[in-house]
Amino acid sequence: MVPPHGGKLVDRTVPFDKKEQKIREAASLAQIEVSSGLARDLENIAYGVLSPLEGFLCQDDYQSVLRNKRLTSDLVWTIPILLDTSKDNLKNVKEGDLVALVDAARLPFATLHVEEIYAFNKKELAERVYGTTEQAHPGVAKTFAMGDCLIGGKINLIEPLFDEFQRYELKPVETRVLFKEKGWRTIVGFQTRNIPHLGHEYVQKTALTFVDGLFVNPVIGKKKRGDFKDEVILDAYTTLLKSYYLKDRTVLAILRTEMRYAGPREAIFHAIIRKNFGCTHFVVGRDHAGVGNYYPPYAAQQIFDEFPDLRIIPLFFTAFFYCKKCESVVNEKICPHDAQYRIDFSGTQLRGKLSTSEALPKELIRPEVAEVLRKHKDPFVE
Amino acid sequence: MKTHELASCLPQFVITMYATEIPESLYNRIVARIRERNFNSVTDYASYVLREKLVMEEEASKPTFFKEEEIKTRLRDLGYL
Repeated sequence: MVPPHGGKLVDRTVPFDKKEQKIREAASLAQIEVSSGLARDLENIAYGVLSPLEGFLCQDDYQSVLRNKRLTSDLVWTIPILLDTSKDNLKNVKEGDLVALVDAARLPFATLHVEEIYAFNKKELAERVYGTTEQAHPGVAKTFAMGDCLIGGKINLIEPLFDEFQRYELKPVETRVLFKEKGWRTIVGFQTRNIPHLGHEYVQKTALTFVDGLFVNPVIGKKKRGDFKDEVILDAYTTLLKSYYLKDRTVLAILRTEMRYAGPREAIFHAIIRKNFGCTHFVVGRDHAGVGNYYPPYAAQQIFDEFPDLRIIPLFFTAFFYCKKCESVVNEKICPHDAQYRIDFSGTQLRGKLSTSEALPKELIRPEVAEVLRKHKDPFVE
Repeated sequence: MKTHELASCLPQFVITMYATEIPESLYNRIVARIRERNFNSVTDYASYVLREKLVMEEEASKPTFFKEEEIKTRLRDLGYL
């Protein structure tokens, strides 16, 4: 089994028998409220999804990630995992304190050892991570909306967060056991935030041809307006897998996190996460984790050249489409026919057809999946 | 039985060795270090460190037997196994 990133799978969860005691202790601590997105980051740290991180980044690591795309330990890391808050929230908190992290209902679910409190430059963060400071970029807008202070330090998760899709949530320690039980030695991870069309199926099955197992790992969490809703993505995938995939060769589990839309940097981040789940390979398509036209179409593939020590094998795919002459899903490397024969897998086109009662072409999407989409009255994020 | 006679009765274990390459700067650092410690060669030292590192990583990533059984139960309940 491939070792986790940094060699050790992190576990920062409070054991069940100590939970009550920790909740009581947390009630007497200074409290910091965190957003649902930050709470998910924290949970991912605790479960080892973000190994080797054991908490939110302190300043040295933060600067190193921004400037070198590596932690101070020299380990590849491209997206800074940060806990931001306002100065007002820190009136009763100082470095060295143990504080309780609470949700919107003021219930403590974790503790944080405050190692460092520091200021940061939002413009620099946006520029380095997203390559732009335009607030039309959702990641940049979120950066400028952050509190003015960052808190670095190790965390402990006391109470898991509520999850309506818990049935599909697996921790890295669980996927690693699962892959072993299935006898898989090589596993390809597939990141998605979309419903599956035939182009995705083509990529997944092509990748699966070369390895033992396929790990389909949709991102569930806050997305941008116009993206498909989480429940629609999951319904569509369960339907597709049931009808068209070998059960012994495919696992579907969700990744609870927010999309950053950081393009190339996020592609590396996604690969690291899948390595922690036990994947040996990772699919990187055209404009992975991109938004608008902020990144060149294949920048998310080219960035892998910078990290020969990543220890997960990226599988690069070019744009794919349906060719009426070939009568199959193909890509520009294998199809010799003119553009006039192509039907592109355009998300915009699919959305357009869904918002009218126009039929979804079977060349683009499986009829069973199309039926699922039709059943959801309002499939898009508002 | 003399020592050399005893040795000749014992099964002979042949360990196949493979050459690997490391940067000169790292090599020089190891040479400096093995002088202070009980290692006969850079190869001995590199083998020791790598063995330790591998064991540490393998153990760290391995759930305990009890936990693994718990995990399998959950995976079965969820229909993954």
